[in-house]
Amino acid sequence: MTRFVLRRVLQSAVVLLGVTLVVFLLLQLVPGDPVRVALGTRFDPQTYEALRARAGLDQPLPVQYASYLGHALTGDLGVSFRTGQPVSRIVLDRLPATLSLALTAVVFALLVAFPLGIVAAVRSGSAVDHAARVFSQFGVSVPDFWMGIMGIILFAGVLGWLPPSGYVALTEDPGRWASHVALPAVTVGLVTASILTRFIRSSVLEVLSADYVRTAEAKGLRNRVVILRHVLRNALIPVVTVVAVQLASLLGGVIVIEVLFAWPGIGRLTFDAVQARDYPVLQGAVLLVAALFLLVNLLVDILYARLDPRITVK
Amino acid sequence: MSGASESTRRRVLDALRRDPLAVGGTLVLLLLVVVGVAGPWLAPSGVNDVDVDAMLRPPSGAHPFGTDELGRDVLSRVLVAARVSLQVGVVSVGIALVAGVTLGLFAGYYRGWLDSVLMRCMDVLFAFPVLLLAVAIVAVLGPGLLTAMVAIGVVYTPIFARITRAGVLAVREQVFVRAAVSIGASDLRIMRRHVLPNIAAPLIVQTSLSLAFAILSEAALSFLGLGIQPPAPAWGRMLFDGRGFVTDAWWLGVFPGAAIFLTVLAFNLVGDALRDVLDPRQLTLSEARRSTA
Amino acid sequence: MSERTERSEGHERMPSQHRLSERTERSEGHERMPSQHRLSERTERSEGHERMPSQHRMTSGDVVFSVEDLTVTVGTRRGPARAVAGVSWQVRAGETFALVGESGSGKSMTLLAATGLAPRAATVTGRVRLLDTELSALPDDRRRRLRGRHVGFVFQDPMTSLNPVLPVGRQVTEAAEAHLGLTRRAARTRAVELLDLVGIPSAAQRVDAFPHQFSGGMRQRVVIAMALACEPDLLIADEPTTALDVTTQAQIVELVADLQQRLGTAVVWVTHDLGVVAGIADTVAVMYGGRIVEQGPVDAVFDAPTHPYTRALLAARPDPARRGEDLVTIPGAPPSPLDLPPGCAFWPRCPVRADPRCEHELPPLTPVGDGHTVRTFYPGETP
Repeated sequence: MTRFVLRRVLQSAVVLLGVTLVVFLLLQLVPGDPVRVALGTRFDPQTYEALRARAGLDQPLPVQYASYLGHALTGDLGVSFRTGQPVSRIVLDRLPATLSLALTAVVFALLVAFPLGIVAAVRSGSAVDHAARVFSQFGVSVPDFWMGIMGIILFAGVLGWLPPSGYVALTEDPGRWASHVALPAVTVGLVTASILTRFIRSSVLEVLSADYVRTAEAKGLRNRVVILRHVLRNALIPVVTVVAVQLASLLGGVIVIEVLFAWPGIGRLTFDAVQARDYPVLQGAVLLVAALFLLVNLLVDILYARLDPRITVK
Repeated sequence: MSGASESTRRRVLDALRRDPLAVGGTLVLLLLVVVGVAGPWLAPSGVNDVDVDAMLRPPSGAHPFGTDELGRDVLSRVLVAARVSLQVGVVSVGIALVAGVTLGLFAGYYRGWLDSVLMRCMDVLFAFPVLLLAVAIVAVLGPGLLTAMVAIGVVYTPIFARITRAGVLAVREQVFVRAAVSIGASDLRIMRRHVLPNIAAPLIVQTSLSLAFAILSEAALSFLGLGIQPPAPAWGRMLFDGRGFVTDAWWLGVFPGAAIFLTVLAFNLVGDALRDVLDPRQLTLSEARRSTA
Repeated sequence: MSERTERSEGHERMPSQHRLSERTERSEGHERMPSQHRLSERTERSEGHERMPSQHRMTSGDVVFSVEDLTVTVGTRRGPARAVAGVSWQVRAGETFALVGESGSGKSMTLLAATGLAPRAATVTGRVRLLDTELSALPDDRRRRLRGRHVGFVFQDPMTSLNPVLPVGRQVTEAAEAHLGLTRRAARTRAVELLDLVGIPSAAQRVDAFPHQFSGGMRQRVVIAMALACEPDLLIADEPTTALDVTTQAQIVELVADLQQRLGTAVVWVTHDLGVVAGIADTVAVMYGGRIVEQGPVDAVFDAPTHPYTRALLAARPDPARRGEDLVTIPGAPPSPLDLPPGCAFWPRCPVRADPRCEHELPPLTPVGDGHTVRTFYPGETP
């Protein structure tokens, strides 16, 4: 087990190194001089030189990368071309908004997908099964921002129950936070739920036809016990991975949804950075998200190994 | 060999014909292609015909989908924008397919350090949420049709590389490939004649599903203003521009989005039907990987 | 007959149950039908149905399990498939009944259907009795409570019939926890006992191990321990040795025979291996195309096989005495349950075809000796 964990940690570290390289190279790909591009009409030679030096752009590439990496390791991701504030600070400030949206969306998705996926598989061919299939096909095909717009039209426009956009911190006013998070979270959550429903359904279906489920039935166990102890225990192990991948990608900030609902998270930050050509902020946001993504995947693999006894021996 | 693939083709077509969802999806796709080609001629008015006297008009006989905040005909814009979506989808998936299959073939066929390096690179690309990476690439290259296609192509390359490599590894050890190697056939010939046909099924399935994802990604990019630039119409961009008005002018939110939804749904339906026929065991991990970001 | 007598009768029949909790025994008591019913049933059966061959042949044990006129039709995409048709047999306490046939002959389906484990798409008719209870008349839930409690199952592939994520000990006593109300702690002790009983070395240490940590043969021992957890009256073994290597096969056969002697369990052994049948069975039924074609005491069937299919099967058996000669095979393939021949199901492959009726008319099961019946038009003669 320890060896397995060590190997996975090492693998993730190698990939993370690659990620830093990609993020570093992003800046090099900007046609022309990124600082000049970023400053645009606000150009002023003094700021220009200071920013160039701070970003290390006057050095040869390998040296630049080495220093970028060294700084990144100590949590220094450079400064914003726009405000001069440290990027790490800017990015971390946006994390709570993204976290609260992502977690709410995933919880909502789980509440929908688990019952729906399981019932659809156990009662395969029933009305619930058909509904689940329509739902999951709908969910993987619908653009989430369009569903968000539909939500705004209905709940903010026609019914007037919810605000069309905006953000209130959870710590500030939980009630108003809830009314603001509802539309974006449900929008994102429904898409996530449709993916999960489909996966849970097929996973449960596969286990239902396993020999050991027949063995459990042959023991005369209650249906509920067979489903909970034998079917779900096995069927949900692979689902853990999918849930985590979904969560990880939501933590990355649902850019479009955050833009649509004016939700000040990482996604919105990325969008603003792109608009403002604030490349260090863009780099920082992308790096943080990819690192989070890798971390969640690493944790999931370890969790998976704990859940499935067959993996631990290897 | 050609007889076998002939009968496979017939079997696939037969199965698709029996699946009403696949038939429906195919019909929608055909319609889309027609609109994509003939959109500008089908459109009742020009996409940029501004009419300040008819701003934000609800759907009517003159403007079946209503008009936008500049009085432009929404139906015309939706019809003309179909071409952009299809174009970005096809080109970007084409890029991903060619790049991914090439990389996967080399990695799986030659193994060794080449395999390690290539696949680690793919792992790195896989470590980014799909849309975030596409946004970052477009952001540095500058927004536009071409960069959007390149960005989406890059983002979907790893999945094709992985599928191809897995297929190559499985096929490599089979007798007919070993036999071809033993009679001294060249590597390229072996890949083309023996390896590729055997991994065609999962690739076909992935291609059709990727088209759906790519069109969604294009819509998202253009929603963020990173796709084709105005005044050319794009579905995502129309939603972005209309988002401030939708509580009063619902048609600005409904029609362009419905167009995206139908297009993506059609590709998904056809892709799912193909998977059921060609490759029933292929797991939905790629779907799971599809980022909602 | 009073309920009291009924219950004490139950005790006599199943001595092993004394060791198990009184409470459960009593609660299971009213699942049995009063004895009068059983008697009248028996009379009716011996009058109306002459195809209960071993009915008159008295053995020491009472009938534990009987199947009468069982028919299973499975709805498939290409129409209804008649997997089992009009099958009747019974097994007595301490006896082994072997059900023999090729794959697809309906032997496994017979048992799954009889015990309520048939797939949802299957329609089952006929009568099934377990001890004094008419299973076929019970609702699913009541039937479930008898399964595992009075009937234990051993399935074909020990690699797949154990749950990979539960410790084996837990799986072994799960049925006992459910049916006998064993506490977790008592169940654990019992699990060690059972694993020990089936010959798993250092059972106390291995009780918490997972299935993948056992070899195939050891896993099948675990499955057997699992089947015996409630000391069932009937053990159903569905090709329990097919997936194992030859040495392990012999060990498993021996283990089951030994446990049967110690516990007095009735055993139904499904197999296509006639060698195993000769060694352990008392009675054998040969199935083909969903029907029994020959049935009787194992010696009678082996000494004087009458149905052409039985004879072909016996001839196809590898015989050490004829080493070096070509193995005899039966040409052709068994019929599809979707498309059964109108007459004898074996007719298309039959080397004999002694009667013109065979092609279009179903031959009746006819007695040819003491408890020995065969489904041909020409019983007694040996064409």
